[in-house]
Amino acid sequence: MRRIISVLLENEPGALSRVVGLFSQRNYNIETLTVAPTEDETLSRLTVTTTGSDKVIEQITKQLNKLIEVVKLVDLTEGAHIERELMLVKLKATGSQRAEIKRTVDIFRGQIVDVTSSVYTIQLAGDSEKLDGFIQAVGTAGVLEVVRSGVSGIARGEKILSL
Amino acid sequence: MELLSGADMLIRSLEDEGIEYIYGYPGGAALHIYDALFRQDKVKHILVRHEQAAVHMADGYARATGKPGTVLVTSGPGATNTITGIATAFMDSIPMVVLCGQVASHLIGEDAFQETDMIGVSRPVVKHNLSVRRPEEIPEVIRKAYYIASTGRPGPVVVDIPKDMTTPNERYEYSYPKKVKLRSYNPAVRGHAGQIKKAVDMLLAAKRPMIYAGGGVILGQASEQLKELTQMLGYPLTNTLMGIGCYPATDKQHLGWLGMHGTYESNMAMHHSDLILCVGARFDDRVTNATEKFCPGARIVHIDIDPASISKTIEADVPIVGPVDAVLKEMISLVKESKEKPDAEALAAWWKQIEEWRAFHGMRYEPNSDVIKPQEVIETLWRLTNGEAYVTSDVGQHQMFAAQYYKFDKPNRWINSGGLGTMGFGLPAAMGVKLTHPDDEVLCITGEGSIQMNIQELSTCKQYDLPVKIINLNNQALGMVKQWQDMNYESRHSQSYMESLPDFIKLAESYGHVGIRIDKKEDLEPKLKEALAMKDRLVFLDIYVDRFEHVYPMQVARGSMKDMWLSKTERV
Repeated sequence: MRRIISVLLENEPGALSRVVGLFSQRNYNIETLTVAPTEDETLSRLTVTTTGSDKVIEQITKQLNKLIEVVKLVDLTEGAHIERELMLVKLKATGSQRAEIKRTVDIFRGQIVDVTSSVYTIQLAGDSEKLDGFIQAVGTAGVLEVVRSGVSGIARGEKILSL
Repeated sequence: MELLSGADMLIRSLEDEGIEYIYGYPGGAALHIYDALFRQDKVKHILVRHEQAAVHMADGYARATGKPGTVLVTSGPGATNTITGIATAFMDSIPMVVLCGQVASHLIGEDAFQETDMIGVSRPVVKHNLSVRRPEEIPEVIRKAYYIASTGRPGPVVVDIPKDMTTPNERYEYSYPKKVKLRSYNPAVRGHAGQIKKAVDMLLAAKRPMIYAGGGVILGQASEQLKELTQMLGYPLTNTLMGIGCYPATDKQHLGWLGMHGTYESNMAMHHSDLILCVGARFDDRVTNATEKFCPGARIVHIDIDPASISKTIEADVPIVGPVDAVLKEMISLVKESKEKPDAEALAAWWKQIEEWRAFHGMRYEPNSDVIKPQEVIETLWRLTNGEAYVTSDVGQHQMFAAQYYKFDKPNRWINSGGLGTMGFGLPAAMGVKLTHPDDEVLCITGEGSIQMNIQELSTCKQYDLPVKIINLNNQALGMVKQWQDMNYESRHSQSYMESLPDFIKLAESYGHVGIRIDKKEDLEPKLKEALAMKDRLVFLDIYVDRFEHVYPMQVARGSMKDMWLSKTERV
């Protein structure tokens, strides 16, 4: 099953490599990984999406917790949560395609953030499925370049991940 | 406040940490530190002949005393040579701090002479590693390193020290922190009371209970509590290879150790039990055999300081995260308070069954009037040393024979590389023990394959006067490899013979030690006695043993715990 694990990590050199190293050493999957400092500059927040059986996920969270620089973590998929991924796409856009693409972008609530005579650059945020859906809708033939940020997530409601 | 250079702060920090010995080898990036060592006499340095041996020495010391060992090496090859030793300590959760020199900060990343990314190289095999980034943080880094290494589930910690952190003419205010606090590292100090209660209820209700103890009991210094609980309940106990000595081997409730080369009765009792109380062990693959066939009727209570060890390979019914001594203590008082008592009738029937298993096989070998059996060498040593010696081993058949036939009644006396299985471990580990236990008998049981992996340390033994006894069970082959080739590869002995063996007697003598060759059965006991009587000399005993002996019992691959070979021809 797909899981989103959010980790508060000491914002120190080498801490990220320990997390990434752990996944490869123990043969766990990483599907996406995002990391950036938080409002507290001593902490980074790292979000990793991974897949595995319940047993594997339990081991992943335990092994992550064992890393000295991991301060706290939560498996967001255990409860209600919001996940977002940002995608930038360059699409071939000429002639009648331009209006069609514009309509599709509107339907997906994306934005055209850069335009040339033959190319649209589109920004789209949402869960990973929505981003996949957009690519499917416009058709891969016109896609020139895709960049995705990987998933960020946060729990719904009062629940917070902080010190 | 006192002003000290980074190098002086480092050595002073070791002194303030209570470190008496460090084991190491100098080199360019560590020279400021070596100079600081030279100018004081509190911290003593032992110069080895290869950095790997320094780590095993620190490891042997740590296993015998329970205190963290300390290593000091230079950057690059000095640091990389420690990796096997660090991995050995990591697999067996041994507390240790490895101080590595590093090229100066401004050279890092430039492929400078003797530069290696030691933080990166060591990452998978350390509990943690730390870099010194400012000289003034040295005392804090050192305090942190020892704190992390020796608390919770212990393990090795590497400290990388760029040369410019130890420059002699730059001085800083020195004070050694009394305490260290890490917001992200808080090992459990006690187990969950509700879980412990549940475990005790299950324990008292069991009909066919087994206590399965591991190295965690020794690391957690919980032998007394384990003994009290086991004897209070009257339950059978087995332990892992790493747990040898955690419970007296000569006690009748002890069934020997379990797993691949464990006793018949331990493996049978495990397989047929209805409740397993696992104390500080980790259901390693050398214990469980095929996990899907593991102890089908048993419910499992698992006590461990490391939550990640619980339900990793075998699902626990009652997990208890906590220090084993504290958890066992609570269990003891709950058992005392409880109105429930163990089911005497069921327990009697269980013991009757176990005694039948014990009588059916037990630990045995076929003596031979012509050749020396490796097992009888160990039995004789056990007798001659009253079971009191510190015994280190290398890896292979001799290791298994030593573990099977030397009956350890005390913890910290059986010292071997159980997890990583590192050949070359035995001699330096024995040196680390002997250095701090000069009045105790320290035996290194080895083979002619393993001993040659760190033979150069005979020189260190001479320099520091370390009269260990080396018991070389010489079968002129890599015995365990050969055994597997006999069993699985139709005796095609690919690369498992040791040709051109040195004359170990002359070799020992050339290093200034005593060498004794034993190749006749009738010489075994008198010559062992002669060697043990030479208290102040290192004696290398080159003992020619049966070349065709196999280690039994041996679990059948991919079987359950009860599927074993008991000899070359008997399979159960």
